[in-house]
Amino acid sequence: MTTSTATPAPEVIEEGGGIGGALRDYVARLRGGDTGSLPAVLGFIVLVIFFSATAEPFTSKLNWANLLNQSAAYIFIAMGLVFVLLLGEIDLSAGYTAGTSAAMMGVVMTQKGFAWPIAVLACLVTGAVIGLTIGILVARLGIPSFVVTLAYFLGLQGVLLLVIGEGGTIAIRDKTILAINNNNMSTWMGWVFFLVVAGGYAAVTFGQQARRRAAGLPTAATSVVLAKVGGLALLLAIVTFFLNQERSVNPVLNSLKGVPIIVPVTALFVVGLTFVLTRTSFGRHVYAVGGNAEAARRAGINVGNIKIACFVIGSVLAAIGGILIASRDNSVSPTSGGSSTLLLSVAAAVIGGTSLFGGKGRIIDAVIGGLVIGVIYNGLPFITQQAGIQFVVTAGVLLLAASVDAIARRRASATGR
Amino acid sequence: MSTSTSSTTPLLSLRGINKSFGAVHVLKGVDLDVWPGKVTALVGDNGAGKSTLIKGIAGIYSFDSGSYSFEGQQVEVTNPKQANALGIEVVYQDLALCDNLDVVQNLYLGREATSGVILDETTMERKATETLKGLSVRTLKSVRMKVSSLSGGQRQTVAIARAVLWNSKLVILDEPTAALGVAQTEQVLQLVRRLADAGLAVILISHNMNDVIRVADNVAALYLGQMAAQVPSESLSHGQIVELITAGRSGDLGLKAPDKEVVA
Ligand SMILES: Nc1ncnc2c1ncn2[C@@H]1O[C@H](COP(=O)(O)OP(=O)(O)OP(=O)(O)O)[C@@H](O)[C@H]1O
Ligand SMILES: [Mg+2]
Repeated sequence: MTTSTATPAPEVIEEGGGIGGALRDYVARLRGGDTGSLPAVLGFIVLVIFFSATAEPFTSKLNWANLLNQSAAYIFIAMGLVFVLLLGEIDLSAGYTAGTSAAMMGVVMTQKGFAWPIAVLACLVTGAVIGLTIGILVARLGIPSFVVTLAYFLGLQGVLLLVIGEGGTIAIRDKTILAINNNNMSTWMGWVFFLVVAGGYAAVTFGQQARRRAAGLPTAATSVVLAKVGGLALLLAIVTFFLNQERSVNPVLNSLKGVPIIVPVTALFVVGLTFVLTRTSFGRHVYAVGGNAEAARRAGINVGNIKIACFVIGSVLAAIGGILIASRDNSVSPTSGGSSTLLLSVAAAVIGGTSLFGGKGRIIDAVIGGLVIGVIYNGLPFITQQAGIQFVVTAGVLLLAASVDAIARRRASATGR
Repeated sequence: MSTSTSSTTPLLSLRGINKSFGAVHVLKGVDLDVWPGKVTALVGDNGAGKSTLIKGIAGIYSFDSGSYSFEGQQVEVTNPKQANALGIEVVYQDLALCDNLDVVQNLYLGREATSGVILDETTMERKATETLKGLSVRTLKSVRMKVSSLSGGQRQTVAIARAVLWNSKLVILDEPTAALGVAQTEQVLQLVRRLADAGLAVILISHNMNDVIRVADNVAALYLGQMAAQVPSESLSHGQIVELITAGRSGDLGLKAPDKEVVA
């Protein structure tokens, strides 16, 4: 990372430069401060090696599947936070939005006896209303989102307590809701899912290449595209194969195998939300508002509406995170979505590569960062039972990720990127 | 575009424009003509009312009184969208680009090409490349570079390209070279000249008399909210422009001397 060695400025890499060229291009981007998800991926690998070496139960097949289910809620809340962070705003209330919305689902389903789709709808509407009111306060009144959502953090904690009652819990007994974040697909469904994802990614990537070539625009080298598609397919195949193995301690009594249902559910949202952010005008405007709100305004973009929409999307995704928490815990309590939920979700987004300064971030960041957080929270208890250490470690990781973000930003402005 | 006809019929014609902010009378009976294929330099000291005048033209402010005609038609321009619809684009001094977006994304910001709900990236990239080629911009390595990685001159180029992408007829540039070095200023001035040579009407606000003399066909000098003079640039010397700016008159040109006005 030395800039003093005065080698001549790196040449623009011909896009026909093949894999070598693409790699050199990538290194140039890294040096320019555009680290993307690399720190998170490296962190993930290092953590996995560390926990595998120090905590034997960590490597069990059962634990790997657990990890996905444990991370899911953080990933969903973090995906919502990506929308808010892209604006350069923050939502400190996302955790209690998850809890409150889940409580609403519990009330409608368990206490009032409605079917699960109605309960889920109530949950999502609760999230949407919370997001809408936050958005209006931030965008129309111009109160800093930090202050608005700090108030909501406290307020929603109170609402959650009032709805559930001190010391109480609402049990979740609906089979469908419980299945979402606990059950697995059959092994053949896992392979179908693999084919759909790998095939879909290949089709989209090659289709894009063909369209660009037809329009006479520069395209990435075919070898690079093949490597990307092949790499993803291989990785997915390994994961699917692994998760399709029997992992029950006592298979005769209770067979446990297959890709957790939460995986395709998450994948669906990742694809849909990535589409919204990268392929629609709305998504483009979100990045523009985060990059330069004044420029966006002069370009005729309604900045206020974009902000409100992002807070609504963020809170609805947090509400879905709430459903996943309820599903995993079989219940909703006054602490659902509380404690470190928000911190971990923000950490997930930031570790994945989403900037706290706005204008930079992707949905997949939330997934990658969420898995890193998942590994820490899954692995640490095997080493120490002390909650204190776990908090300190998590805080350290968040600060580390934020530092990487800030340093990348400084490097980017220093190298003019 | 034959210059003989274009020099006779102005694209934009303002007559007797007045604009006050509360008690402050900023524009006092201003006349201005802008011709297609010509660069009209708008000069004047700080606070003379240049920015106020172009913001009125661009529909950001509405004028209190006076006539605004475009292509010979009396028009009412009260918001930026109406100005855009007429073919008026402004390049603001602070550029208003998004650093985190690439060149194509900036060019089309707020007016993205779509097919259905999906952004039509190939069309946008192709047209952006063509527009930049049309402006003879060759310094950009790729239209997919982030704007944050561009130099000041390249950014200015992108901002100008953004203004000409939409079949615009009148491009207004507010101090486009203020922050640029010698070489980059040169690039941008050449670009401004090419816009006019391509038949567009250009209003150039500048405090740099050398730039004005180099590229402008016409100089309009504002003095304390009044149009001191609008004359072809070849008939003016550097010194005369400075006098018009600082005193409102230069020899026979410009506002009548205040004492004569009182007598008459
Ligand atoms: N929104 C406003 N409210 C009140 N007064 C204003 C407003 N905008 C401009 N003015 C006044 O109008 C006068 C002309 O301002 P304007 O910005 O048009 O000057 P300018 O010629 O562009 O100057 P400069 O060369 O410094 O950019 C100034 O005296 C300014 O104080
Ligand atoms: Mg000004």
